[in-house]
Amino acid sequence: MDKIAIVGVSQTRYERRKKGEIFYDMIYEVTTKAMEDAGYTLEDIDNVITVSNDFLDGRTISCMAVQEAAGASDKNVSTIEGDGAFGAFYGAMRVLGGFGTTLVVAHSKGSEGDPKVITNAMFDPIYHRLLGLDAISSSALQASVYMERYGVTEQQCALVSVKNHKNAKNNPYAQLPMDITVDDVMRSKKIADPIKLLDCSPISDGAAAIIIANEDRARKARTKPVWIKGIAHCSDAYFLGDRDLADPISLKDASKRAYAMAGIKDPVSELDVVELYDAFSYMEPLWLEGMGICDAGQGGQLIEKGITVMDGKLPVNPSGGVLSAHPVLVAGLVRIIEAALQIRGEAGDHQIEGVKTALAHGINGPCGQSHCVWILGRE
Amino acid sequence: MARRVAIVGTGQTYHKSHRLDVNGRELINEAVTRALADCELSIADIDAIIIGNMDHFESINYVDTWSVEGSGGYMKPIMKITTGGTTGASVAIAAYYHVASGLFDRVLAIGWEKNSESDTTAAIVTCSDPIWDRFSYSGAIPSLATEASAYMEQYGATQEDAARVTVRERTHALNNPYAQMYNRPVTIKDVMESAMLAYPIKLLDVCPRTDGACAVVFAAEGVAEKIAVKPAWVKSCSVRHTTTWFGDVDYNTGMISLKRASKEAFANAGIKNPVEEIDVAELYLPYSYAGLKWIEAIGFCGPGQGPKFIRDGNTDMGGKLPINPSGGVISTNCIGATALLRVAEASIQVMGKGEARQVPDVKTAMATGFGGCWWSDVVILGKDKPN
Repeated sequence: MDKIAIVGVSQTRYERRKKGEIFYDMIYEVTTKAMEDAGYTLEDIDNVITVSNDFLDGRTISCMAVQEAAGASDKNVSTIEGDGAFGAFYGAMRVLGGFGTTLVVAHSKGSEGDPKVITNAMFDPIYHRLLGLDAISSSALQASVYMERYGVTEQQCALVSVKNHKNAKNNPYAQLPMDITVDDVMRSKKIADPIKLLDCSPISDGAAAIIIANEDRARKARTKPVWIKGIAHCSDAYFLGDRDLADPISLKDASKRAYAMAGIKDPVSELDVVELYDAFSYMEPLWLEGMGICDAGQGGQLIEKGITVMDGKLPVNPSGGVLSAHPVLVAGLVRIIEAALQIRGEAGDHQIEGVKTALAHGINGPCGQSHCVWILGRE
Repeated sequence: MARRVAIVGTGQTYHKSHRLDVNGRELINEAVTRALADCELSIADIDAIIIGNMDHFESINYVDTWSVEGSGGYMKPIMKITTGGTTGASVAIAAYYHVASGLFDRVLAIGWEKNSESDTTAAIVTCSDPIWDRFSYSGAIPSLATEASAYMEQYGATQEDAARVTVRERTHALNNPYAQMYNRPVTIKDVMESAMLAYPIKLLDVCPRTDGACAVVFAAEGVAEKIAVKPAWVKSCSVRHTTTWFGDVDYNTGMISLKRASKEAFANAGIKNPVEEIDVAELYLPYSYAGLKWIEAIGFCGPGQGPKFIRDGNTDMGGKLPINPSGGVISTNCIGATALLRVAEASIQVMGKGEARQVPDVKTAMATGFGGCWWSDVVILGKDKPN
C-alpha cells in the first residue's frame, strides 16, 4: 500500500439535541474546521465522501442535504451509507486510487428519529421485525450469549461504563462525562436483560470530518501526518441465528488483515491505545477478544485487571468512547479522529503518553455484523 | 500509484414490474450468479463487494449487512452506497476505486431495486428539504416536466421531437431480451396519444418501474486479462452532484452537472471530440426530453440542436453514435440498478457481447447516471488500456 495519511480532523460537540443546527450547518462546521486543522483551503480538497443514512435522516437520498455544505458542488463526490469508519475506508481507497486528498464527512441527529423504529428496520421484514428486535434487544441477546458462554459478569461490563464515562470528563466533545460507580450501573433501570440504562450509549446529535492525503500532499499540510498503516473490513452472516454472537469472527478476520498490512504481530504489546465502538458496555470486552487483545472469554478479566484504564497497559477509549456520545454513523469516524489525535499528541486532557500506534474501529449492522479496523501510526 | 482497472463480467436479472417469484436477496443473487458465470469466476474469487439501492423503496435499513446471503458477502468486505438515481454508477465507480487502490483484485458491484415493494413517488418526495423544498417538490415527473417545458420554450422543440426518443428506445429494446419493454415497440402516434401525466410529459415519455438487479465484476490489470478475452477498461469516471436545493436548479442553463462531469471525464480519457471518438453511449435518460436536451450538455451536439440530431437518425442503431442499444431507462428502470445497467451495457458493447444489440467495432463507450438534485455520474470505457 502507498503511504497515505490523515492530515486534518474535526468534530462538533455531541449533544442530546442540537436544536439550532440542521445537517447542513453541522457539516459546514466540521468541513471548515477540518480544512483549518490541515491548513488547507477548499482548492486543496480533491474529492469528497459524505456519510449518511436515509432511515436516520428520515429522508431519501439523505446525502442531498450536505453536498454543498461539504464543499462538494464542483468536485467528485460519493456517499457511503453506513458507519463513518467504512466511509473513511472508501475515502482512503480514493487517495490510493489517484486523488491527492479526500475529505470525509459524517453527520447524524439521533434526536430527530425513533431509534427503535430505525434499528428495527435492520431486521428481516417478514420473520424478525414483528418480534420487536432492535439495536437494544438484539444486543441484549448477544450480551446474554457472551456472559453465559464465558461467565463474564454484569459487574465486569459495568466497569466499562464507569471507566468510559470517567474518561469522558477529560474530553470537551463528549456528551456524558460522569462519575459513576459499578453500583450505579447495576442499580440503573433494566432496559433489556442483562442490559441496564448505564450499559447503553446515549442518543446524540453531531458531525465529524477527516482529510486523508497521499504522501506528497500530506507534506503540504500544517499538521504532522498520521499514517494509515492497515485497514480492513469484513461482514459476518445476517440472521442472528446463523451467527455465534459470542464469537465475532468478522472482527477477527478484519483485525488479522489490518494487523498484517501494518506489520503488527503482537497487538497487545504493539498497540498503544484502542478506540473501539462500545455502543453497549459488553461490546468493549467482546470486541477486544475479536481484536486478539485477549483470548476468547477473557475480556471481562482484562477489564477487571485495569489493563484498559487511562494509565493501564493498553488504554481503551480514552475519549469516553461511544458510551459517552453516540452519533450513529459519525461514531466510527470519531474513533479514527480520536486515535489520530492520540498519535499527534493533541488529545488534550485525555492524551496517553507516547502513542506511536493506535487502533480505531467501527461497526455496521445488528450486533456488530460488519467490522472495520484501522491501524494508525506516527511513522 | 493507481492501478488500471477493467470490467470482466456482467449479469442482470430478467426485468418485470413485479417480480413476485423472488424476494430482494434472491433477486440480488440472480444477478450475482449470472455475473460470476459470465466471467467464469466463483464467489470465492471475489475480494470485496459494493452494493447500492434506495433504502426507502424496500424499507430495509443497512442493506449491506441484510443482503449478504444474496450477494455472497459472508465473511467478505462489503459496503453500501446510495446517491439517488446515480446510485448504480456510484457503485461502479466505488468498485473501480476498490481495485485501483491496490487493496482488492476482483470486486463485485451490485445495484438492485424491487420497485414493486415501494410507493416510489412518496419515497422520492422525501429527498427534498423538509422545510424549504418539500412544499413545492412533488416528485420526479413534475420536476422533469418543468425542465421539458423550459426546453420547449427556449428552443421550439415539440412533443413529437421528444416522442421520437421514446420510439428509438423502444425500438432498440426489440434487440434486448433483458429489457422490461422487450418486444413492445411504439410509434410517435402512440406516445402522443398516451395519458398526460404532467404537461408536456405523457405516460410513454417516462421510464417504467422495474424489479431487477445488476452485478458487474471489476478486476485489476494483470488479473483482468486472464479472466476476460476482451476486458472493458475503465478510462475515466467523473461525478458532479452540483446542487443541494431544488430551488437552485436553473432549468434554462442545461444540465450543469452533466456538462461538467462529461468535460472532466473526456479530458481524463483523452477524448477531444466526443461525437467522433465515442462509438456508443448508454445514457441514463429517465424521460424522452432528456434524450434531446442532455445530449447537448454532453456535447454530442450544440444547444437546441438535440431534436434535429435525433431526427436525422444519428443515435439509432447503425447511426453515427448509437445511444442506448439496450433500450435504455425508458425500457427498464430498477432504480438502484439502472445506472449500473448503463455501465454494464457499455462494457458489454466494448467486450463484444451485445448479440442482437451489439454495435460493430466499439472501441470507446460512455455510460451515465442521473439522480438526486439534477446530479450526474459519467464513466468512459474502452477496448485499449488507459494511458
